[in-house]
Amino acid sequence: MTETILNIEGLKTYFFTEAGIVTAVDGVSFNLKKGESLGLVGESGSGKTVTALSVLRIVPKPGKIVDGKVEFNGEDLLKKTEKEMQRIRGSAIAITFQDPSSSLNPVYNVETQLRDAIMAHQTVSKTEARKRAIELLEVVGIPEAETRMREYPHQFSGGMKQRVAIARALACEPTLLFADEPTTNLDVTIQAQVLNLLNDLKKKFGMSLVMITHDMGIIAEMTTRIVVLYAGHVCEIAKTYDLFDRPRHPYTEALLAAVPRLDMRKTLRVIPGNIPNLIEPPSGCRFHPRCNYAKQICEEVVPVLEETEQGHFVACHEWRNISLKGERGH
Amino acid sequence: MAKYQLEGGKRPLSSSDFIKVEKLVKYFPVYSRGVLLKKEVGLVHAVDNISFDIRRKETFGLVGESGCGKTTTARLILNLIEPTDGQVFFEGENVFEKLKSSSKAEKLKIRRKMQLIFQNPYGSLDPRMTVFDIISEPFVIHKHIPKKQWKEKVYELLELVGLEEYHAERYPHEFSGGQRQRICIARALAVEPEFLVADEPVSSLDVSIRAQILNLLGELQQRVGLTYLYISHDLSSVRQISNRVAVMYLGEIVELADTDELFKEPLHPYTEALIAAVPIPDPKARSIKIVLPGEVPSPINPPSGCRFHPRCPQAKPACREKVPELVQVNPRHAVACHI
Repeated sequence: MTETILNIEGLKTYFFTEAGIVTAVDGVSFNLKKGESLGLVGESGSGKTVTALSVLRIVPKPGKIVDGKVEFNGEDLLKKTEKEMQRIRGSAIAITFQDPSSSLNPVYNVETQLRDAIMAHQTVSKTEARKRAIELLEVVGIPEAETRMREYPHQFSGGMKQRVAIARALACEPTLLFADEPTTNLDVTIQAQVLNLLNDLKKKFGMSLVMITHDMGIIAEMTTRIVVLYAGHVCEIAKTYDLFDRPRHPYTEALLAAVPRLDMRKTLRVIPGNIPNLIEPPSGCRFHPRCNYAKQICEEVVPVLEETEQGHFVACHEWRNISLKGERGH
Repeated sequence: MAKYQLEGGKRPLSSSDFIKVEKLVKYFPVYSRGVLLKKEVGLVHAVDNISFDIRRKETFGLVGESGCGKTTTARLILNLIEPTDGQVFFEGENVFEKLKSSSKAEKLKIRRKMQLIFQNPYGSLDPRMTVFDIISEPFVIHKHIPKKQWKEKVYELLELVGLEEYHAERYPHEFSGGQRQRICIARALAVEPEFLVADEPVSSLDVSIRAQILNLLGELQQRVGLTYLYISHDLSSVRQISNRVAVMYLGEIVELADTDELFKEPLHPYTEALIAAVPIPDPKARSIKIVLPGEVPSPINPPSGCRFHPRCPQAKPACREKVPELVQVNPRHAVACHI
C-alpha cells in the first residue's frame, strides 16, 4: 500500500466579487498517492486550476479558501503560517502554468530566474546554483544550455519556454508537481515532446504529478487515475482505464462522447446548454439542467460521492438506475 | 425550417472547379530596425507555391502547426491580402483580376460569395453593437435586403444557428463563447455566401461546446449547401468534419488526400508524425509514438530541398537537395515526398 501524499477534504474556495460570491471550488475532496499521475479534468470554470492554487495557497484576490482540509504528508497546509508556506512552495510542491510566456519574467534572463528559484530554497553559492541551472536545462532537453540560459524568455519558442518553466518548477526537486494545462498553447508535435519529458522526469525524480487539463486525450495517455470536476463539484473519481471504459456520471459520459477522435469518425453527441454561472449555481446536482437523466431529486439534493466498485466513486443520484456507455461501448 | 434558400443554389453543380488555387505564393518582407533607413533583410516564405482545388459543397480541411501558412492561405483566397504570385479561381473567374478591374458593385458581389469566421469570437464582435446590429450590418453594406425585411431575416438567421429571437436585442458580452461563435456564423451567413472559411472556429471553445459548433457547421452545410474551408491545428476535429484534407508544413502542402485515406494511410512522414502525436482519448489505444525532434524551422530561411528533411526520421541525401513535387499517387491521394 503506497502512502498518501496529498489529501484534500471538503475544500471550498470562493471568490467574493462585486456581482456576488463565485463558488469556484465547492466541497472538493480527493487524494493522491505517492508517485501517482492524477488527472484533474473539467471545462473552463470547473475549478481545476483554483483547486491547485488552493493547495499552494496562492488563490488571487478576491478569492479565499473558506473551508476544508489540505493535508500534505499528513500536515494541514491550511493551518500553516505564510512563512511556512513559502518554504513549501517551490521546494516540496511546485506548479507550472498554462502560458509560459506570462509566467516567466521578461526582464530577467533564464539563468537569473532559475538561480533565484534554486537559491530561494537551498543555501548554495551563486556558482553552484548556476551549475545546477545548467543541469536542469539539460534535463528538460534544451540544447546548448550554457549559452541559451543567458538569453531572455522572448528569445525562446513556446515549447522551449514551457521547458524553462518546467525546469524552474523542478529546481528544488519537488515531490509534487501540478502541471496546469502544460501543453494547451503548443503545437501537437511539441506537445508530444513536452508530455514525454514530463513522463521521463516523473520517473527520474519519483514525483507525484497532477495533470490539469480539459483534453481527454492527454488524460488518457498520461494518467493512472482521474478526478472529473464540473462547476466546482467532483463528479467522478476512477482509475483512468475504468473511467473511459465505464463512466458512471452522465457528465463524464457526455464529455467522452463530445470529443472527436482521430482514430475513428463518430457522431458527436452534444451536451445541451452552457456551463452554469457559479454566482447562482444550479441547485442540487450542478449538472442537472444539462443532464438527460435528471429526476426531481437531482434538482433538490446535492449528490455525495458513492463507491460503485473498488476505487470508483461517483456523485450522482441515479447511477444505479442508468447504464452509460464507455468510449468503446458503441 | 427551409425558409432560408440560397440564391445561387439553382446553378448547375460542377464539382471540381468551384475554387481553384494555382501556384499561390506569399512572401512577407522583413525589415531591419530603424525608421529612416529601413532595409529589407529577408522574406518570410509564408505560403510557397501551393495549388489545390475545393469542390462544391465539400469541406476542405487545412491542417498544420502554427506558422505553416494556413491562415495566410485563407486570407489570400479571400483576397484580404495581395498574393506575391499565383491565382485563385472562383467558379472559373480569376478573383484577383476581377477584384482589381471591376467596379465597386461588382467587387461587393464577389465578396458576398465568400465569408470568414474567426478563431476568437470574443475579438470579432463589436461590444457596443447589439446582436441585431451585428447581424444586420452586412445588409447595410451589401444592400441586398430591403430594410423592411431586416428584422424577419435576422430572426431567421438566429433560428438557423440555434439562437432565439430575444437574443437579438442583447450585447455580445451577455453571451458565452459558443453562443458568440453562433452569432459570428449568423453574421457570415447574412450575405448568403456560397463559400465559408472557418479559421479555427472551435479552438477557443470548451470541449462540450466544440461539438455543438462542429455539428452546427455540418447541419448548415446540409441545409444551405455551403462549401467550407476548415482550418485547424486540431487533427481530431478536422477528421470529424472534412471530406478532404491538405497538410501544410512551412508554407507548402506536403500531402492532400481524402480524409479517411489520409488518416488510415498517411504517406508523408510529417503527416504520420502529426497523427501519431495526437493523444487519443482512450487508454486502451495508447500506442508507440513517433516524437519528432526539434521545432518548425524559421520560414525566413527555410531548409533546402524538402523543408521537412531536418526533422524527418527517414531523410535521405536527395531530400536535402531536391524539392519534392506534389505527386498524385492515386486519384484520391497526393504527396510531396521523395520516399
